[in-house]
Amino acid sequence: MTQNLIIIGAGMATGRALEHLLDADADYNVTLFNAEPRGNYNRIMLSPVLAGDKTYEEIVTHDADWYAANGVTCRFGERIAAIDRAAKTVTAENGDVLPYDKLMFGTGSNPFMIPLPGHDLEGVIAYRDLEDTQRMMDLGPDHQCVVIGGGLLGLEAAAGMAARGVDVTVVHIMGHLMERQLDEAAGYLLRKALVDKGITVKCSANSKEILGQDGHVRALLLDDGTELPCDLLVMAVGIRPNVALAQEAGLAVGKGIHVDDQMVTSDADILAVGECVEHDGAIFGLVAPLYDQAKVAAATLMKEPAQFVQKELSTKLKVTGCDLFSAGDFAEGDDREDIVFRDPARGVYRRLVIENNVIVGAVMYGDTADSNWFFGLIRDKTDIADMRDTLIFGPAYQGGSAADPLLAVAALPRDAEICGCNGICKGQIEDAIAAGATDLAAIKATTKASASCGTCTGLVEQVLAVTLGDDFVIPAAASICGCTDMTHEDVRRMIKSQELKSMPAVWQACGWKTSCGCHVCRPALNFYLLADWPLEYTDDPQSRFINERKHANIQKDGTFSVVPRMWGGITTPNELRAIADAADKFAVPTVKVTGGQRIDLLGVKGEDLPAIWKDLNDAGMVSGHAYSKGLRTVKTCVGTDHCRFGTQDSTGLGIKLEKTLWGSWTPHKLKLAVSGCPRNCAEATCKDIGVICVDSGYQISIGGAAGMDVRETDLIAQVPTEAEVIDIIKAITQSYRENAKYLDRIYKWMGKVGLDWIREQTVDDLDNRAALVARFEVSQSIYRADPWAQHATQKAESYQPVANLSMEAAE
Amino acid sequence: MSDWIDITALDAIPQRGARLVKTAHGCVAVFRTGADEVYALDNACPHKNGPLAEGIVHGAAVTCPLHNWVISLETGEVQGNDEGQVATYPAKVEDGRVLLDASFLTRRAVA
Repeated sequence: MTQNLIIIGAGMATGRALEHLLDADADYNVTLFNAEPRGNYNRIMLSPVLAGDKTYEEIVTHDADWYAANGVTCRFGERIAAIDRAAKTVTAENGDVLPYDKLMFGTGSNPFMIPLPGHDLEGVIAYRDLEDTQRMMDLGPDHQCVVIGGGLLGLEAAAGMAARGVDVTVVHIMGHLMERQLDEAAGYLLRKALVDKGITVKCSANSKEILGQDGHVRALLLDDGTELPCDLLVMAVGIRPNVALAQEAGLAVGKGIHVDDQMVTSDADILAVGECVEHDGAIFGLVAPLYDQAKVAAATLMKEPAQFVQKELSTKLKVTGCDLFSAGDFAEGDDREDIVFRDPARGVYRRLVIENNVIVGAVMYGDTADSNWFFGLIRDKTDIADMRDTLIFGPAYQGGSAADPLLAVAALPRDAEICGCNGICKGQIEDAIAAGATDLAAIKATTKASASCGTCTGLVEQVLAVTLGDDFVIPAAASICGCTDMTHEDVRRMIKSQELKSMPAVWQACGWKTSCGCHVCRPALNFYLLADWPLEYTDDPQSRFINERKHANIQKDGTFSVVPRMWGGITTPNELRAIADAADKFAVPTVKVTGGQRIDLLGVKGEDLPAIWKDLNDAGMVSGHAYSKGLRTVKTCVGTDHCRFGTQDSTGLGIKLEKTLWGSWTPHKLKLAVSGCPRNCAEATCKDIGVICVDSGYQISIGGAAGMDVRETDLIAQVPTEAEVIDIIKAITQSYRENAKYLDRIYKWMGKVGLDWIREQTVDDLDNRAALVARFEVSQSIYRADPWAQHATQKAESYQPVANLSMEAAE
Repeated sequence: MSDWIDITALDAIPQRGARLVKTAHGCVAVFRTGADEVYALDNACPHKNGPLAEGIVHGAAVTCPLHNWVISLETGEVQGNDEGQVATYPAKVEDGRVLLDASFLTRRAVA
């Protein structure tokens, strides 16, 4: 007979348990109570929601349709008032009495609120659910916020709000941040990274009182007398298992609700899972053990044998873009030794704690690429005596040549865990593939691997590649288009090594399957040939998108926009007059100021292009390349010329950069900016290459973006002279041209080769820098020229119709 | 009955490119492929009227510059998952000259 199962709390653990039950068609009528007025969502993803990377809709794991389709009775926004264990009933808030055969607690945890005076003021919140997240998102820029708690949750709250322009101060009682996951040195690096992002961090700081005004929080008072003004105060100091209801019902409760290995409480008909439980003295906060518990609880409900086992845990986190990893025990001890590696310039720190030739703990900051390998050594208690000398450098240095990553994945045993969040092993993924899941989406749907935090996506794809062989191509290495099986990288290698200098040569040597490519591969090949053989290869306009073929941007009605260059954003009355005259003469419907500090004439007819260019040329202006996969603009602020804060001549440097770089083709558009001081009025830190002037010189940073992706640049070098700035930027541009995939902006390229590699090539290795600059200049000897002048004088005819039959038709 | 009009020299159209012919009822795009075949089509993509003459020509097809619809130059039919039809007109090359069928003008006038 069908039994009644009542679940209290729609969190990540009960949601998962419910999935297991429904997948197995368990014979239960399920009623789901939740105090929050909504169903299951991925609580780990609240931080991306706060940071604006995801929306709430994207993190919902089960929606109303799902509950309806699976016959789950939902009572959201309702609490349980009482449980009568003798009668086996629960009483809802509204007085409804419901009988149960089995009851499952998933009441989660409550944020711990320090009972400081003033903790009940309006504007003092925890960081726990969607309402809290919404409060933080609603605060708005230029407000002040204090976060108490320098653990993961507090720092994510701080980083998310700082990204939204809030002035954030983190107050932490311990001597360094995230003391449970990081040692002091890594905590220091993390603090430095946060401070660099404009967050104020106060460690060893004791909160004394929350000050209010008219019932609303006004400031936090520390016991050294410091007052930190704030409009919102977020307490993120920890969580406590929510056991109140269980306690009232008379269940055995310690720190959490006591459960056995089958997730059964002291009452045989009541189970508990998630953050509210205590198992063998431990309570739980990370998602992996919660999911394990959910699986065991579901099995227990279906009368199948299962046992919850606590596992060695590692923590791999990303806080505000900083990669962190810690595992095991890294406290110091008499019988323990440390191996430490530091690279202050790159902000990299690694520490291994060794006891009797076995690694017992590891902390990594800044570069966590080898963390899985180290975690394996800890878990398996591997004797490291033989590799001790090079251990800290990771698996690539343990003899022999660097391993092919696919071979490494192929060698993993079936029980090697691939997805830490969901506890999915390689064998389960292989089984899913055998059952017909042959791409990442199908693997996610059937196994949940890589469906939570997503950091294992690359590994899952490698398992697919190893298992399916040629039937699976790792997406990052997909072929250029249907004309070829080769990837961008393969083709570029062929062009260089086989000295292929024409498009037909590439088609022949690389076995193109079509006669002359397509609109996807031809622009890419044209760029690669141009970048590698600037003197030998002639640009093929017919392989360019129309904008680059006609040196203007096509609009939706087939007209074009014309943007003359304004070097460094500087113009003159005469130039403006000429632009105004041209706009009148060619009846330009829209004149707009662009984000790159120049003027856009929109709605010019294709036939008029050569004539309008000629007029602009006559006034001394050239193409702004607003249409090109090449240098667009160098945005500047006024610098020392006028500004009372300027530290260097940012305008002058911007003009010099633009005059040296203009006309160069790059894999995608290339935008620069030069700001005269760290106030950064030219917004240099979201450009492909940005320069910030400081008293002692110039900070060059790369890899910013402010489009579909928004990202801040990373510092690559600080140099004292303009000449060095220009050389390094030329070298970076040339290296980008020679190495990046077509249509990758610098930040995407950097994501593949790494900032360190680019720095090595263009900053540290002076010979290589000089060689890159020389090659850049060779290429510029051809392309530092105005295409408008060339087309207006030599190709004007090609912009006109080849024949006009309108008169004949009228006869 | 065909009545061929001499439009222009073949060399006036770039290989894998197109030029426009103005008519009283809008522009016709005359395409030249990599193999020197010529095709005449309405210069308007059935999707959003994109100017096909500005597209990238590959094989006997052109990709519209606005949203990458691919149109067969031979049949005027939209390729792949999209659907639509562009009107085509007889065209040929003789002695290095491009010829269009005059009757297409009348047909366009009727349409």
